[in-house]
Amino acid sequence: MDNILNQIGIENYIFLSILLFCIGVFGVLYRRNAIIVFMSIEIMLNAVNLLFVAFSTYHQDPKGQVFVFFSMTVAAAEVAVGLAILVSVFRNIGSVDISNLKNLKG
Amino acid sequence: MDNSLVLLLLLTPFVGFLFNVFLGKKAGKGISGALGTLAVVVSFAMSVYFFMQLNASGKPIAIKLLDWIQIGNLKVDFGILLDQLSLLWLLFVTGIGSLIHLYSISYMHDDENMHKFFAYLNLFVFFMITLVVGSNLLVMFIGWEGVGLCSYLLIGFWHKNQEYNDAAKKAFIMNRIGDLGFLIGIFILASLFSTLNFVEMKQALSAGNTNTALYSIAALCLFIGATGKSAQLPLYTWLPDAMAGPTPVSALIHAATMVTAGIFMITRMNFLFDVTPEVQNIIAIVGAITALVAASIGLFQNDIKKVLAYSTVSQLGLMFLALGLGAYNVAVFHVITHAFFKACLFLGSGSVIHALHGEQDMRKMGGLRKAMPITFATMLISTLAIAGIFPFAGFWSKDEILMVAFEHNKGLWIMGSIASIMTAFYMFRLMYLTFFRDFRGTEEQKHHLHESPSLITWPLIILAALATFGGLINLPGSNWLNHFLEPILARKHEEHALGSQEYMLMGIALTGAIIGIGWAYSKYIKEGFVPKQDSEIVGFSKTIYHKYYVDEFYMSLILKPLNALSNFFRTTLEPALGNIVYGLGTVANGLGNQGKKVQTGSIGLYLFAFVIGVLALVSYLFLGQ
Repeated sequence: MDNILNQIGIENYIFLSILLFCIGVFGVLYRRNAIIVFMSIEIMLNAVNLLFVAFSTYHQDPKGQVFVFFSMTVAAAEVAVGLAILVSVFRNIGSVDISNLKNLKG
Repeated sequence: MDNSLVLLLLLTPFVGFLFNVFLGKKAGKGISGALGTLAVVVSFAMSVYFFMQLNASGKPIAIKLLDWIQIGNLKVDFGILLDQLSLLWLLFVTGIGSLIHLYSISYMHDDENMHKFFAYLNLFVFFMITLVVGSNLLVMFIGWEGVGLCSYLLIGFWHKNQEYNDAAKKAFIMNRIGDLGFLIGIFILASLFSTLNFVEMKQALSAGNTNTALYSIAALCLFIGATGKSAQLPLYTWLPDAMAGPTPVSALIHAATMVTAGIFMITRMNFLFDVTPEVQNIIAIVGAITALVAASIGLFQNDIKKVLAYSTVSQLGLMFLALGLGAYNVAVFHVITHAFFKACLFLGSGSVIHALHGEQDMRKMGGLRKAMPITFATMLISTLAIAGIFPFAGFWSKDEILMVAFEHNKGLWIMGSIASIMTAFYMFRLMYLTFFRDFRGTEEQKHHLHESPSLITWPLIILAALATFGGLINLPGSNWLNHFLEPILARKHEEHALGSQEYMLMGIALTGAIIGIGWAYSKYIKEGFVPKQDSEIVGFSKTIYHKYYVDEFYMSLILKPLNALSNFFRTTLEPALGNIVYGLGTVANGLGNQGKKVQTGSIGLYLFAFVIGVLALVSYLFLGQ
């Protein structure tokens, strides 16, 4: 089987990755709902993962794919902790709108 | 075997100290005193054992207890050196120490803090042993500082009296000035030799490479240290004030042992002083002047202990005179005999003070001869010894010093001789005022006059015997001490052939002493003269009575400016510095208050800032290069 990159081309992966990352960034910046913000962060993370895998295949080097496994595991753990925090926030103030989280004011 | 015995010698007084500090009060006065004394007696027994061993083998014992300091090529061990010099010192420190501990059991019996007293005394003996047996200058310095501490503690033993506390502080601070010199001397020697071990320094010095200027500075610094500890001009003023302490302390620390530490140190370092003749000259001159000045002040003192204190300063001056002339063995000889008779004199005066319930003014004594025959007899023997009457111990040692002085410098000899005549005068003045004619105290005191108990009289008798026969260790002709000390002295001391000149000098010294005694006799026995009240003293004698106003001089020259300076620091400089530091704090606080406004608490804003920051970093990394 021919290399998948020959069919699509590395630059398309890069463009997709940048697009996903920017969507994530804007999601983080514009949305007020903490869960959405959280999801946007995940999108950014996965954009980077995608880039990793793409370049790994491009360079014929499996190290990148191994990295992705690690980062996905870590992301899973991070999601568990993050969601737990959000649940606890919701229990305390009855909302997950980040505009309401003003306790960090100096 | 030897190792553990040395440790026993060194540590028993320390164990006694620990016991008395922690358990002394509970154990009671009898046990506290007995154990305190026993600890020193054990050390004495060990000293005798090692002395015998050394006498038989002639080989010094050097023991390295542990590695201590290693910086660069400077290496200092915690080592012990038992040679001829340290064993001599050990013998009389622990020997006289034992007697004085024994004496103190009775003397301090009415004091509520007797356990504390014995704790301090034991600690003193421990540090004194450390000072003496140390194999290098740094170990010696530990002991040097330790005995200073104990001296401070014991001078201020009756701390409820503010004057006594002041005397203690004065002693400590005066010693500190000297210690600074000692320390600088140690530093210079450490940089010169890369070792502080006496034996190694001696070898290095005899190997050559003379850097005489630095040697002289080092020797001078060491001598400054010695002037502090051994109460020489200009740092002697603490010793007379140190008489505030209990009398056994004066006898042990301020007459027999601690104040001779300076002489010990200089004798230890004799190889260094031998190559620095200009420092030796300074030592000899300072010693002679001290002997003369202190003796002249002693002529007019009325406090029995003050007379003895000035006499101690004067005798120490004579020893320094001998050191300065390179006659270390003669100085050591006088240290030993002086320890015997001066300890006896102090303990005797303690016995008198004890009988009079604390009275120290000789104008209120008199006629005690019949009431206190043993004290009188022992003190008389010691007085004859210090006055230099044949054949008591002091005659031989003092005569040797004067003989050496006569050989080197007639001026110094004359100063020493005048000091000796004055010594004979004021010592017999003390005896006549205290023991002869009629009692001048109150009727009540007169009824209570009594001879002291045997715990007090026995040490007196033993010390008086030593003061009588102590001269035997170095009689002209046999010179046992000179031969004994030969291995530790760099330069061989030439023997005196007993020619007509020597006999003539002995005769002159003896005549001088008799003149002094006769002078005192005619004034205080024949005329029955009693020193006037303080206010009636006028003229030059008033100047001397007030100790040449040296204390006042130091007060106005050094203390007043220092006080003014510290006052300036307190009232002007400290607030100024404080305000600067305070101002810095205020500025930081204000900045923080402004910066706090950035922290709005809006997470959206934080995230925005975060993204901008990352973008800035990334663009810098990729575009900025």
